[in-house]
Amino acid sequence: MPLLDIQNLSVEFTTRAGTFRAVDGIDLAVDEGEVVGIVGESGSGKSVTSLAVMGLIPSPGRVVADRLSFAGRDLRALSASQRRKITGKDVAMVFQEPMTSLNPCFTVGFQIMETLKVHEGLSGKALKRRTIELLEQVGIPAPESRLSAFPHQLSGGMNQRVMIAIAIACNPRLLIADEPTTALDVTIQKQIIDLLVQLQKDRGMALILITHDMGVVAETAHRVIVMYAGQKVEERRARDLFERPQHPYTGALLDALPERALGKRRLPTIPGVVPGIGDRPRGCLFNPRCRFARQDCLDLRPPLFPDPEGQARCYYPLGGDMWGAPE
Amino acid sequence: MIHMDSKIETTPAAESAPVVLEANDLRKHYSVKRGMFKGHATVRALDGVSFQLQAGRTLAVVGESGCGKSTLARSVTMIEPPTSGHLLYDGRDVVGRSAAELKELRRTVQMVFQNPYGSLNPRKTVGAILAEPLVVNTDLPKAERRQRALAMMAKVGLRADQIDRYPHMFSGGQRQRIAIARALMLNPRVVVADEPVSALDVSIQAQVLNLMMDLQEELKLAYLFISHDLSVVRHIADDVMVMYLGRPVEHGSKDVLFSRPRHPYTRILLAATPRVNPELRAERVVPKGELPSPLNPPPGCPFHRRCPHARENCAVDVPALREVDQRLVACHYAEEMV
Repeated sequence: MPLLDIQNLSVEFTTRAGTFRAVDGIDLAVDEGEVVGIVGESGSGKSVTSLAVMGLIPSPGRVVADRLSFAGRDLRALSASQRRKITGKDVAMVFQEPMTSLNPCFTVGFQIMETLKVHEGLSGKALKRRTIELLEQVGIPAPESRLSAFPHQLSGGMNQRVMIAIAIACNPRLLIADEPTTALDVTIQKQIIDLLVQLQKDRGMALILITHDMGVVAETAHRVIVMYAGQKVEERRARDLFERPQHPYTGALLDALPERALGKRRLPTIPGVVPGIGDRPRGCLFNPRCRFARQDCLDLRPPLFPDPEGQARCYYPLGGDMWGAPE
Repeated sequence: MIHMDSKIETTPAAESAPVVLEANDLRKHYSVKRGMFKGHATVRALDGVSFQLQAGRTLAVVGESGCGKSTLARSVTMIEPPTSGHLLYDGRDVVGRSAAELKELRRTVQMVFQNPYGSLNPRKTVGAILAEPLVVNTDLPKAERRQRALAMMAKVGLRADQIDRYPHMFSGGQRQRIAIARALMLNPRVVVADEPVSALDVSIQAQVLNLMMDLQEELKLAYLFISHDLSVVRHIADDVMVMYLGRPVEHGSKDVLFSRPRHPYTRILLAATPRVNPELRAERVVPKGELPSPLNPPPGCPFHRRCPHARENCAVDVPALREVDQRLVACHYAEEMV
């Protein structure tokens, strides 16, 4: 049984303009020790999915799912206080911007200790010792002296390490990292990703890595989910996805990478933008931007079709003949 | 003194193009108070940068935050005068000009900023944003200003009926088009682009890069392209300058730098760039530590504490920028880096 098991998860926000489905029927299963990457453009629902798992969707938002279970426990049936015992302890999250997600009014030591006090009941010397140990594990030099530092006194990379220290403080079984390196320099990005992967391996932790950086996903994830306009459009093993993408959206995203356009003057682009609240098309959500769209794609919304290596939400996948899909 | 040698500019087609921008040993030092009793310290934000930029070509400046990229942009755009050194536009030196002459010179260089959500005034329509440079710098009548705004919108791929819309009604990619259009309103020769695509999604990034390259070809623009994304730099640049703590550490044509990097820092940056294609991935050289404080730079080679190849004399002697294998490089052991 997977550690995290989500079936048909939807998140809706009701506004004056009507109900908007930010996440639309996502299935997500993560095993222990697995690294799952979620990629997609802004507005594709990647972050909202992870916030729903954490139970952090703010009040007008509504989370519905056929199944939302973590380590065999149904998260939907838990009371708020029971849920808080899991959130931050067994499931922890690292957010995108370390500078804004740490509280500027408290020292980093205090903020790490807070988690340990609440979830592990540590105090006094044991608490301090554990905090220093955590700072050491995330590679912060001179950890004793950093306990009393405020976030503004540390660099972005150091703050992100503090965020990771807070997240791993209670030995979580699942760590969700939402764009953990987007605000950082490449060398620091490399250090942070290596740190996350190292921690994941050492502790057998499951890791969900949410990013729009294809390179980062390709180098770290075992399995990748591609999201578009709130839906999962493709899922397969990382290697297969990057070698043989099946959904035209995945293919177009990969083609748009400068890395793949070596020697070409112009980069292939995807025309248009991700549809927003009012302009979701009939049929396949990607059809206005798809080079291969046919009449079916304009009329019918495709379900996820399984293929030998994964699944893709497309009537005419790129390797269509290869899979023997309907032509 | 560092002299720029014309030998390292290797692309033959470029030799005919006029040099529009030349920087000679540009320095910018800031004096910072350290506390009540400690007196002042000097931050050498820019410490001896020289380059030439020809019409229709792109020089990419690469480095981590704190390496002096943004100070370079501020000096080149004449937002701040350099502490010493020379900056020449079309052979005319900027240093020592009167305010009126500077105002005229500033029209030759315009800037595109990183974040299109922050760099456009939310209270102004696209038409007003694009007309503003003309209001400030020319005495064109209102109707003519609107005409030019419309023409520029067509050039960057915005529709004419969008002229009365506000920035929040556009997507990130469209906003960056507006920012590019605004930069081009005064027909500049040089555009300084500070991380113009790093806030954009991959597919939008490709659209904006294509637009920038099309405009460069059409208008013979020279780009000073500041970025930390080496895959983008590899796509758009002709020449690359890698900076570390205010100094160029390697500078040469893109092909030379990407195929045979000689400075350990360039090599580390290249290895740290995540790749989709497993065959392109370099062996994992994990960079040690972070950029040292510019208030207290290490003695000798500024990079020696993070350098995997550092030897004893690296902590003592400052390496000079010199020519090795068709590029300029500041490393004592550049010859051995193959």
